[in-house]
Amino acid sequence: MQSTRSRIVHAALGWTVALVMFFPIFWMLLTGFKTEMDAIATPPTLFFAPTLENYAEVHQRADYLRFAGNSVVISFAGTALAIALAVPAAYAMAFFPTKRTRSTLLWMLSTKMLPPVGVLVPIYLLARDSGLLDTRTGLVIIYTLINLPIAVWMLYTFFKEVPHEILEAGRMDGAGPRQELVHLLLPLAVPGIASTALLLLILCWNEAFWSLNLTAANAAPLTAFIASFSSPEGLFWAKLSAASTMAIAPILVLGWFSQRQLVRGLTFGAVK
Amino acid sequence: MANVSLREVRKDYGSFEAIKGVSLDVRDREFVVFVGPSGCGKSTLLRMIAGLESITGGDLEIDGRRMNEVGPADRGLAMVFQSYALYPHMSVADNMAFSLRLAGVPAAERERKVREVAGILQLGPLLHRKPGELSGGQRQRVAIGRAIVRQPKVFLFDEPLSNLDAALRVRMRIELAKLHESLAATMIYVTHDQVEAMTMADKIVVLQGGVIEQVGSPLDLYHHPRNLFVAGFIGSPTMNLLPASVTAVGPATVTVRLATGTEVAVPVLAGPLRPGDAVTLGVRPEHLNLGADGASGVAGEVLVAERLGGATYLHVRAGGGTMLVVQVDGDTPVHVHDRVLVPVDGHRCHLFGADGLALERTGRHPLADVTRAPRPLTH
Amino acid sequence: MPSSAALGVAPTANAPARRPARRSLSTLPFLAPSVIVLLLWMIVPLAMTLHFSFIRYNLLNPALGGFAGWSNYEFLLTDPALWTALANTLLLVGWVLVITVGLGTLLAVLFDQDFPGRGIARLLVIAPFFVMPTVSALIWKNLMMHPINGVMAFVSRSLGFTPVDWFAEFPLTSVIIIVAWQWLPFALLILLTAIQSLDHEQREAARMDGAGPVSMFVFIILPHLGRAIGVVVMIETIFLLTVFAEILVTTSGGPGLATTNLAFLIYMRALLEFDVGGASAGGVIAIVLANIVAFFLVRAIARNLAT
Repeated sequence: MQSTRSRIVHAALGWTVALVMFFPIFWMLLTGFKTEMDAIATPPTLFFAPTLENYAEVHQRADYLRFAGNSVVISFAGTALAIALAVPAAYAMAFFPTKRTRSTLLWMLSTKMLPPVGVLVPIYLLARDSGLLDTRTGLVIIYTLINLPIAVWMLYTFFKEVPHEILEAGRMDGAGPRQELVHLLLPLAVPGIASTALLLLILCWNEAFWSLNLTAANAAPLTAFIASFSSPEGLFWAKLSAASTMAIAPILVLGWFSQRQLVRGLTFGAVK
Repeated sequence: MANVSLREVRKDYGSFEAIKGVSLDVRDREFVVFVGPSGCGKSTLLRMIAGLESITGGDLEIDGRRMNEVGPADRGLAMVFQSYALYPHMSVADNMAFSLRLAGVPAAERERKVREVAGILQLGPLLHRKPGELSGGQRQRVAIGRAIVRQPKVFLFDEPLSNLDAALRVRMRIELAKLHESLAATMIYVTHDQVEAMTMADKIVVLQGGVIEQVGSPLDLYHHPRNLFVAGFIGSPTMNLLPASVTAVGPATVTVRLATGTEVAVPVLAGPLRPGDAVTLGVRPEHLNLGADGASGVAGEVLVAERLGGATYLHVRAGGGTMLVVQVDGDTPVHVHDRVLVPVDGHRCHLFGADGLALERTGRHPLADVTRAPRPLTH
Repeated sequence: MPSSAALGVAPTANAPARRPARRSLSTLPFLAPSVIVLLLWMIVPLAMTLHFSFIRYNLLNPALGGFAGWSNYEFLLTDPALWTALANTLLLVGWVLVITVGLGTLLAVLFDQDFPGRGIARLLVIAPFFVMPTVSALIWKNLMMHPINGVMAFVSRSLGFTPVDWFAEFPLTSVIIIVAWQWLPFALLILLTAIQSLDHEQREAARMDGAGPVSMFVFIILPHLGRAIGVVVMIETIFLLTVFAEILVTTSGGPGLATTNLAFLIYMRALLEFDVGGASAGGVIAIVLANIVAFFLVRAIARNLAT
């Protein structure tokens, strides 16, 4: 129905927006392959002899791998723990609703409204006093707690979408609660649980309030590692770009891969 | 044997009573259809028999055993859902074998039973497909197969044909009727479609607002509707219901006058009726026809002619604002705006008192009490 | 679609049969772990914050102590830094919301149109959302906005203008640009999904009724987006009230207090000046502020959430 002209206009506009929005990431990608001299050249060079030196160097600095390792461990552990806590809760609320279910859900969401800065001081002190400051365990606990409401909401939404006639058919066929969970519900909910886990993974990986405030040399993840480049004397743009590229690449791919499910998770099912 | 009996069964949702005391007997090998408009409680009643809804009052007995507190899987029932409710992640064979697997039946026997049932329903080539790869009609057959595999005492159907297109629905209707005969099983079937009810049922249960309006064979309901609701619900096109007033009361006839002035003598017992009382005269479109000029009857103008081919429905406007639907032969040369004369045969009419209840006819229709003879058990 | 139960309305007569059956099962063991940890997470730090805000407590000066009364609040409320931080917080949240929702709506309409390579273009547009805050802050600070070597300076010079020293001349604007760049994809994704959920027949009906592109947008699409915009505003507000990494990495709150928001102020008080009492008072103010915002937002939006 669209005329060719309007298609051309739409394409031109859409691609302009896309390129402008993506440009900083593209430029970072490019800078990662430049020498430090090329990286700060004025005017900026678009054509240069690409080098892998920065990647090699960032890799050789053992601490990069440690930061990356921290990111991986903390993100996966935080995600796994939150999912483990959220699955039974969401299951109970979706399939055995009571009068309090709705208010419980809203209350859980409301804990997300609590600004982290409001509780930065006590959490810092609690972590310090319990020896969890600058430990992976400390961050895992925090990440589990801040993501738990999102996990419960998202899983609840997915569980709610399982047609209840299928579960009733299972009950007519003789499935008890345990068999219902194992044979019917979990197989049906696997896609939902997977996309919830993906979202939590992304949120944990990119979290940059608690990771910057509660970690130092020992447990710092990549967010903190990248932040350390902000000191004015560390003007290693090419290396910063290489490190940044490595830090965001896995999550960017994950995000692209799962964008549809992420939308639904982030809106708690309010937008389909 | 599989008798189901309901005694004053109730379902109370707190603020709202969905089933208001239903008593009913379903005999062994009977095909019983619950029919009624949406929201009448027919599905709720079925789900209470299935064990998917709790029973808040009264008793449910299957073969003389009280089942109110027995779990759905232990009542010896199988159910076919409106949405089919197939397990999307299992193959057709696994869907059908699921109940056997849960019951711990050995794999070899499971497979034998599934193959046997698949043979009955021509599902053999589909056994390894997933439900997502099947057409609506095939899914329907898998759902029925899943029920048959369990060898239940009673089959429950919750509007199973409502998601199929018209042609397939007619075919499945016939297939289900055959299946009922070959399985010699008791079936309880819920539908809002009175054609399904008429064509398949041994016994129809008409529900409205959580109460039973009438129970009877299809022709019993057709010829002897107990009240205005059943009269209007059973039959298509709908029965003409015309306001009338009693002019004379005899021992076996009541004579009434329509708004058009036409007098009709209906063979019913008058009961407390007196001349002058307001009543409703009911007559089905297929029991009306066009009369020759000069005959007595309702005169009017054809406003709409719906031609189905074999039959034509004439919508006739008569005097006094009376609208009448007349079913005539498809070859009748009638046109819109023609003036026609419609004689009304009192023997084909029903009379309803001011309370909506039908007056008892003096004779019963010869086919009203005929039910399908139960076939002797073959296995 | 909100069910009748979700709206707190008693089940009505027209749909009694299609409800999942309620079975009796004690859900406590399933729910308890989540509820307990969240309850602790909510109450313990909150109580501690409140407590600290009324005592004298400085990590550098253990001798100091005792009940402080309202003095922490007095000190904070009379400190012009608080008001600057509050204003910065609101400016940051407000502007980012305006930019992301406004541009997001327009872009959603654009990306709802079919054009060659739309799928790829959409992936490129949403990419910034997945970039961790510290990385995006550093890219913008160094590669984009640097007054000498940055791409924007180069563009300015090429066009004959004097390059702008963004973080010195327009520090808060710069932070707003970075944060908006990060959150625009989110708004776009949600709003695009919402537009695509609009019934096609409804749009076709509007076209048959003679609606052009503009009236289609104003009378059909925008009303349909109301709920999605509400969700975007709520979620973004939750995160934007506590923007931190972007400020820490780019300006450290400066120059002066130009980019210090409430989050950063509390961070400075607590972890740079070790004034626990003062920081806690700031925390309480942040919580109160968040609650005022949340109260209206949750009220307005919660009933739209799927339950």
